[in-house]
Amino acid sequence: MVDLEKLRFTKTHEWLRVEGSTGYVGITDHAQKEITDVVFVELPKIGKEVVKAGEAAVVESVKAAFSIYAPVSGKVVKANDAVGKDPSLVNKSPYEEGWFFAIEIKDRSEIDSLMTQKDYLEFIKTGAH
Amino acid sequence: MKYSPHTDKDKKEMLDVIGAASPEALFDAVPKEFRLQKLDLPEGISELELKKLIFEKTGKNYSTQKLDSFLGGGAYEHYIPQAVESIISRGEFLTAYTPYQAEASQGTLQAIYEYQSLICELTGMDVANASMYDGASALAEAVILSVRETGRNRVIFSSSLHPEYKQVIKTYLEGYKIEFVEIPHIGGLFDEAALKKEANDRSACVILQNPNFFGCVEKIDSIESICHSCGALLIACVNPVSLGILKTPGEYNADIAVGEGQPLGIPLSFGGPYLGLFAVKEKHMRKMPGRVAGMTKDIEGKRGFVLTMQAREQHIRREKATSNICSNEGLMALAACVHLSLLGKEGIKEVARQNALKSHYLKDKILKLSGFELMFDAPFFNEFVVKCGKETDKITGDLLKHGMIGGLPLGRFYADMKNCMLICVTETKSKEDLDKFAELLGKH
Amino acid sequence: MEKLIFDIGSAGRRGYSLPKLDVPDADIKSLIPADLLRGKEADLPEVSELDCVRHFTRLSQLNYSVDTNFYPLGSCTMKYNPKINEKMAGLPQFTGLHPYQPETSVQGILEVLYETEEALCKICGMDAFTLQPAAGAHGELTGMLIVRAYHTSKGSPRKKVVIPDSAHGTNPASAALCGYEVVTVKSDKAGRIDLDALKAAMDNEVAVLMLTNPNTLGLFEKNVKEIADIVHKAGALLYLDGANLNALLGVARPGDMGFDVCHVNLHKTFSTPHGGGGPGSGPVGVKAHLAEFLPIPRIKQKRSKFSFDYDQKKSIGRVRAFYGNTGVIIRAYCYIRSLGSDGLKDATFEAVLNANYLKAKLKNDYQLAVDDEPCMHEFVLTGKDKKEFGVKTLDIAKRLLDYGFYAPTVYFPLIVEEAIMIEPTETESKETLDAFAETMIKIAAEARSNSSLLTGAPHITPVRRLDEVLAARELNLRWKKPGA
Repeated sequence: MVDLEKLRFTKTHEWLRVEGSTGYVGITDHAQKEITDVVFVELPKIGKEVVKAGEAAVVESVKAAFSIYAPVSGKVVKANDAVGKDPSLVNKSPYEEGWFFAIEIKDRSEIDSLMTQKDYLEFIKTGAH
Repeated sequence: MKYSPHTDKDKKEMLDVIGAASPEALFDAVPKEFRLQKLDLPEGISELELKKLIFEKTGKNYSTQKLDSFLGGGAYEHYIPQAVESIISRGEFLTAYTPYQAEASQGTLQAIYEYQSLICELTGMDVANASMYDGASALAEAVILSVRETGRNRVIFSSSLHPEYKQVIKTYLEGYKIEFVEIPHIGGLFDEAALKKEANDRSACVILQNPNFFGCVEKIDSIESICHSCGALLIACVNPVSLGILKTPGEYNADIAVGEGQPLGIPLSFGGPYLGLFAVKEKHMRKMPGRVAGMTKDIEGKRGFVLTMQAREQHIRREKATSNICSNEGLMALAACVHLSLLGKEGIKEVARQNALKSHYLKDKILKLSGFELMFDAPFFNEFVVKCGKETDKITGDLLKHGMIGGLPLGRFYADMKNCMLICVTETKSKEDLDKFAELLGKH
Repeated sequence: MEKLIFDIGSAGRRGYSLPKLDVPDADIKSLIPADLLRGKEADLPEVSELDCVRHFTRLSQLNYSVDTNFYPLGSCTMKYNPKINEKMAGLPQFTGLHPYQPETSVQGILEVLYETEEALCKICGMDAFTLQPAAGAHGELTGMLIVRAYHTSKGSPRKKVVIPDSAHGTNPASAALCGYEVVTVKSDKAGRIDLDALKAAMDNEVAVLMLTNPNTLGLFEKNVKEIADIVHKAGALLYLDGANLNALLGVARPGDMGFDVCHVNLHKTFSTPHGGGGPGSGPVGVKAHLAEFLPIPRIKQKRSKFSFDYDQKKSIGRVRAFYGNTGVIIRAYCYIRSLGSDGLKDATFEAVLNANYLKAKLKNDYQLAVDDEPCMHEFVLTGKDKKEFGVKTLDIAKRLLDYGFYAPTVYFPLIVEEAIMIEPTETESKETLDAFAETMIKIAAEARSNSSLLTGAPHITPVRRLDEVLAARELNLRWKKPGA
């Protein structure tokens, strides 16, 4: 089980899990419920440079498409082929099997600007999304 | 004639329910300064008068049903079985719209699915969409796909690509910074040596029309390998009837196959409505424009069809959509679907064979005439270019007097081909027609 | 369940015949080298004509259509498609014309095209029209290219296109296709463009404002004159998305309101059939200052002769091969001539009457999306108050199918939560509207008393509710030969 307290969150509902210099990115449980059934995930190519808050991936439901923004800047080093093949993982397991991609973090100070789980829960409770 | 059913009594009752004094009151939001007194158009007429009016217009046309036409060049006269028209005229198909409510549109959706399947079978490609406007606009959309997919901006084609298609891709891509590279044809064919020089790591695509505008069948394999070795996408632009016998885009590894679907059961109709064919290899399907139908199940597990992969489209993605297309050529796709079903496995081969054999028969006859020669040596399907002893406009004018529409004069498209005409022969011409045409031509 | 065409028939069966080959036969390989020929044959169906006719006839019977059902699809103008127009457009003297025939042999069709352009100019208050675009979105692209060419001729194509948030998705998609950045402006509570937001969005990089009038909430943009002034002051152009022109025939003309360029949809306003998704036709009209940018060829008349003019130096070029969806244009021509000056105006009046009547009938049981004021040819409800019963707009739409009505447009415009957009058109009778209103009211009652009737709907259509998620996750987009 992922310890949610160790994750960091964005206002656009991505989470970031830091492992050494690598950051894994996915979307929150709240976000997957809002999106409803995920039918396709367009993953970034490995080696792509992404910037904080820049579009890095796209997730599609039947009736809508949503951009996934990079929580921090850096180079994409891994993409989760499993969600490419079975997008329902994003719904079933948003914090574990449903991760999207991993970034080689460029500037660790960017992590500090992200929300903690407590802040994020507060953020979605106030409906400011 | 009016088609609205309201009587004065109906109108009064309806206005009462609305609480409006008059219909005029419903237009209060339109500022007075813009209100029109009366449209400057003739008064309406009855159905009988309309018929007379239209017959007066049609009396000034000379249709290919009366004249023997040898015109092709992107629009082809083929025999269309009556059943095609009978089916597409059914109100249930004709007067429905895009199948937004799938459960009440299974007829249209299943027909689209079958159409997609037939186009895949015919072209050898993996996935087809539900149609584009016509061959030229389908090609333009294919070029856009290649530019987006590769992130490159060089678009290469031969001067043997249909001249109007060239114009359309240039118009469509005005907003992109595209470098168009037109390679002069060599002997009617794509110049491979020049292509080798021009194709590079900035090339988004190579457009290969086959058979090309001159009717010539291209040496596809070498073009394919040059194209793919530089990482560009190969766009095949095909005549679907030719695929009864010619190598398919799938077989020569094209990334995208487009074409004018008109030869598949759609009348000439002075250029439209036609049908844009669009099919891709699976790896490009998410970038494909247009509607796509897919098979699924209902809540009871029964098979059914819906529009799918919709997140590519304008109503969801808006400015990020793969294309702006909304209405396509649905009924024309249905016509092609019925036509291909009737032709069947043998029919498509047979009609393609007859086109090839009859056009070669006429070619041989014309070559025997003095003053005429074949412009290109390359193999051809159902069209070929003939060089005449004098300007073709004079010849075609004279042929018309004898109830014949000669080949397409090429001078308006190629300055150096004033004496050339593109002659097309389909299964609609009998040996007798061909003999007569050759005989008349021989008098020039 | 109707089998797939591929699962009907049997090997060797034929549904097509050709005259016997009367020229010498030969091996195709002797004409075209073998390496240029097809290897694997196409697995096309092998059916008799009757197999084929039954299959497609049965498929047709699974459809709802204007000929069989009330089809109040908002923004699509699903009016009756007169039968005589089908017959006239289907005359062999039209359908048999090759686009490259000598002009002397096609004077009749050229005359029809020319007169249609003239009629559209008069209806819209424009100076010139092109009939080439094959659909509304194709017209939008043509319009945007004209706008681009205009600004380029003034020195710069400019960068941005301003579009209200209530617009059809085709508007931003067309602008983007033409290389423009899209700037979205907010609508006010009535769904009309917010003038302050518009002013704030305008600068000298804006090329054009794309406006739908009446807008997608069915309301006339009362401030159209101010809008035009704001736009023109910034040196930009004003574009009309004419999807809703059925509300304006003989009432007001876009050209008089300050629009510089517009497209119209012949398959909506001018009664040509929608064909299950097309073909449509989206002619584009412009004011005189933009006429030189229209696509080639133009049709010209000299004395009593008609011809094509390809010699337009500033033209945007071609947007398609040949000249347009001629078959569709002939139908629209027939419609315009049949109804004539007063008939077109009556059609608009009755379309607006029908919409207002339905709105009045429904407003007690459904919430209106905007304050109650007379609408134009369509109106928008919101299903958000039905959510408390666990019912969504989609459920209401599906339940309507059980009662034999096609559903209105749903979830559009995007600015209305749970939107239900209803456009009855003028050709529907009071009885039909009454029956539809009664059904809608009954459905509202069902939502309260027995919501599962809605959430499980449709119940009696050829298939029950279809799983779109399954379709999108496990894509099955074509038949494949078993074992292939």
